[in-house]
Amino acid sequence: MTTPAKPDPVALHKALSEAWGTKPGLGQLAAVNHTSIGKRFMVTAAVFFVIGGLLAMLIRTQLATSRSPFMEEGTYAQVFTMHGTIMMFLFAIPMLEGAAIYLLPKMLGARDLAFPRLTAYGYWCYLFGGTMLLMALLFGVAPDSGWFMYTPLSSSTYSPGINADVWLLGVTFVEISALSAAVEIIVSILRLRAPGMSLERMPIFAWYMLVVAGMMLVGFPPLILGSILLEAERAFDLPFFDPTRGGDPLLWQHLFWLFGHPEVYIIFLPAAGMVSTFLPVFAGRPLAGYRAVVVSVISMGFISFGLWVHHMYTVGIPHLALGIFSAASALVTIPTAIQIFAWLATLAHGRPRLSIPMLYVFGFLFVFILGGLTGVMLAMVPFDWQAHDTHFVVAHLHYVLVGGFVFPLLAAAYYWLPHLTGRFPLPQLSKAAFWLIFIGFNVTFFIMHLTGLRGMPRRVHVYPQEPGMELFNLVSSLGSFVMTIGFALVLVDFVLQARFGRHAGRNPWKAGTLEWAMPTPPPSYNFASLPAIDARADQLDPDALGPQLAAGKGYLGFVRHGQMETLAVDPVSGRLEQIIVLPRSTFLPLLTALVTGVFFLLMLAKLYALAPLALLGVAGMFLLWTRATGAREDLPALDAGRGEQAPVHFQSRGAPSEWAMVLTLTANATLYASLLFGGLFLWVSAPGWPAEPTPFKTNVLLQVLALGALAGTLLASRRSLRAGAEGRIGWLAVLAASHLAAAVLFGLMALELVPFNTQHALFAVIFAVYFYAGFHSLLGVLFALYGVWRVLSGHVSAVRDLDLRIGARLHTYAACAGILAVVFVWQLLMLGSGGAPA
Amino acid sequence: MFHAVTAGALMVLGGCSGSYSALDPAGPHAQTIAQLWWVMLGGAAVLFVLVMVLFVLTLFRPGFGSGVSPRVWIVAGGLLMPIPVLVALTFYALFQGERLLPGRDDGGPVYRIEAHARQWQWEFRYLDEPGTPSTLDVLHIPAGLPVEVVATSADVIHSFWVPRLGGKIDATPGHAARIRIEADQAGQYGGVCAEYCGTGHSGMRFRVEAHEGADFRALADRGFAP
Repeated sequence: MTTPAKPDPVALHKALSEAWGTKPGLGQLAAVNHTSIGKRFMVTAAVFFVIGGLLAMLIRTQLATSRSPFMEEGTYAQVFTMHGTIMMFLFAIPMLEGAAIYLLPKMLGARDLAFPRLTAYGYWCYLFGGTMLLMALLFGVAPDSGWFMYTPLSSSTYSPGINADVWLLGVTFVEISALSAAVEIIVSILRLRAPGMSLERMPIFAWYMLVVAGMMLVGFPPLILGSILLEAERAFDLPFFDPTRGGDPLLWQHLFWLFGHPEVYIIFLPAAGMVSTFLPVFAGRPLAGYRAVVVSVISMGFISFGLWVHHMYTVGIPHLALGIFSAASALVTIPTAIQIFAWLATLAHGRPRLSIPMLYVFGFLFVFILGGLTGVMLAMVPFDWQAHDTHFVVAHLHYVLVGGFVFPLLAAAYYWLPHLTGRFPLPQLSKAAFWLIFIGFNVTFFIMHLTGLRGMPRRVHVYPQEPGMELFNLVSSLGSFVMTIGFALVLVDFVLQARFGRHAGRNPWKAGTLEWAMPTPPPSYNFASLPAIDARADQLDPDALGPQLAAGKGYLGFVRHGQMETLAVDPVSGRLEQIIVLPRSTFLPLLTALVTGVFFLLMLAKLYALAPLALLGVAGMFLLWTRATGAREDLPALDAGRGEQAPVHFQSRGAPSEWAMVLTLTANATLYASLLFGGLFLWVSAPGWPAEPTPFKTNVLLQVLALGALAGTLLASRRSLRAGAEGRIGWLAVLAASHLAAAVLFGLMALELVPFNTQHALFAVIFAVYFYAGFHSLLGVLFALYGVWRVLSGHVSAVRDLDLRIGARLHTYAACAGILAVVFVWQLLMLGSGGAPA
Repeated sequence: MFHAVTAGALMVLGGCSGSYSALDPAGPHAQTIAQLWWVMLGGAAVLFVLVMVLFVLTLFRPGFGSGVSPRVWIVAGGLLMPIPVLVALTFYALFQGERLLPGRDDGGPVYRIEAHARQWQWEFRYLDEPGTPSTLDVLHIPAGLPVEVVATSADVIHSFWVPRLGGKIDATPGHAARIRIEADQAGQYGGVCAEYCGTGHSGMRFRVEAHEGADFRALADRGFAP
């Protein structure tokens, strides 16, 4: 293949725009470009923020007086549940995903993320899931058990309507976007960087997002598992959480907070990462203590998974055990303090410039530090016994989340909006808006600490007519309206900026990161050619680099066969490794998300017999995605520009998609581990264990046969990879048959548990474990047959075996999960029936 | 200005008292926790002012702190300052928590009751008075004696909380969690359900009536009839 001649910048821009652009009109629904999708995430999240904020206004209106007739308690319950749910799941998480999706490729020197169609699919899942929740609110059937959905209140006995189902299904639908973003972000940060950008040259924001995405990958599965189990209890009467049948409400609390606490850091860290990115720009010097910050962020990621019990100090866990979580909760202050002092050191050693973003940084530190200090107070067990579930906690969590996310996010918005719009905001309006928000926020929430200690529990819609309490609540309500006016002004400011702001030009803040080495607003392809990085990527010179890249002097400064190409590097050294050919705009993500939505709607409508058909439809849609990938012939190494060559990704070891499979299975394994943990937890904690003797007998023959079939899949999967062209199909067929046999056997074993699985949680857990194993064997069948199809259609050769290698990861996982299922069930039966296997 | 300060002080002082106020303790358990709170509030105020002053100085006084190397900034502020504070506080709180626990009260007499919650009512059972009927939404306790509360639930999760007498404890169906409360003197104290338990949550309040020893005995002996 010959190197195309280097065109002039204008022709290059036209050719790249032709290849990367999305068609206007309906064609926009097919967009997969990270700039478009990132903006959609952020705008949608902002809309949800407005809705969540209006709900908060309703709450403050109700609480302004002690016996307000404004809302009756059922409506109030829906309002406060939806306020929390929207702010957490539909505003904060999607907003940070959107910011990361928009910024990361630009900061890392790539033209897009690793899996553009997955980004788009995640967006549609978020939009549709969020719409489901909003519709429920409009029709008055919104979730009403509080945003952490404690069961038994959320069980079918005490919440018989569809309200709780809307939460469980809607939020799970939305979380598809969180998991897909997590995979996407990890692979993109580790692989899709500009050549020369080694790990230690990464911009600090990429480090933060790498940790955050890793936390999302293992933080969300416990919640998703909990939601599945609770929905299964509501829909099929499997008593995982029912204390009268061997279940335990505390299992839900553990699963929820195992997610819920890391969630706080998942929200805070991206915001802190943005501060670490732009604060040095305004200090006029690089971030002090880059390494210390990286280490502190990583340690925060780990510690945050050891704190969840501090939401459960009042459930009756032994005090010394609480002591460990109390100490861990105090410990997490240290990495936070390290970051704050790294920022102070940066300012002390620089020449700080005052600006709107720095004004918000002041607001951020003021509010967030107060939230952190009350957090340390709440980490102390005796104090929490008083403050837990009161308005003190409401105040604390708003100080942490608004301080730790909204203030830095607004700072970031003022910093990066010139990038999105190419214009500056209006400084007078921006300042007025800041002070209204800052004063309004503190008036609302500072006094609320006292309201809580004064004895006002959370989630009450009326309270005693005592002078102190009435005055405090009135002050909070007044403050909240001031804050709302501030947010409205910010919105006006943004709209005015987009229309009338003065032009910002390239790199208006004199930053040193790559996202400024492009025209603003950014073109669809980001960089006309990709940079070679020889310094830390927050100390570059975008003013010099930008024109060079625009002139096509970097890597890939050309369009090859109209393809969308970017580069992959070695994750550690940043050495050029692969040329990634990205898929084009397509309606498939939208259509697949629609079919996914049909599944959730069928579940919501309780049409359980039809729901598996929708899942089959989703699988079919995903198979269609693969038609655009790979090639039918082996390609030689391709020209990467700057005199270097690299193989195309589907002929490389460790292609991004293989990494994605490994990461997806990691998330999946976390979900499975949570299920097995759940079974053991019930044995330890739930009332009604060991189970009463039942006539249930395990069928050892089926178990042994299943183990045999699983061993068969392991063997066939290995052989299919090693076999030459002639043997592949045969081994893949054996593989599919073994998976099918295993699936059928797990299905039979699960059927034998009926009806015991509704009588005691022991059998419900075993049923779930068998279901999980059987489901993965079915996935194995799908992947084996997919392999056959790819071989038959000529997409597989000795060097083009990516499809088979991705499959092999799943086959191995399914076999291990199945074997573990059999062993675990054997153990749990022995423990749960008080002695020998039943 | 003077009026504003007076009004503010009155507001805060008035705000601390009240029949549900954890900051107006009426027994040793609530007293211990209130003391922990005032200590932490003082410490938090000092730390907050310190960090904010440093931030404002670095921002508005060019050159401030530039004599101290970034490494020293980070080590001093990120490690040396918080670690001793956190260690001391964690152990102090752990020690206080141990003192408040059931079974750690020097083996003296304890009065035991069960707080059995259901939507949306509290039923108090007197475990040390066999045959005595339970009371609804009113809990009678002897003053000056530690009371061990066993919280149970008939339906969803509730939480037993009498702010002036001690901390709260969840009433989880299938579980029986314990906490101790104590009133120094006879009197009435407000109690609430602290865990959201459905549409009657706001109204799920109760009253604790503490009586001096002889009065309490007489009352208990006539089955808590008025």
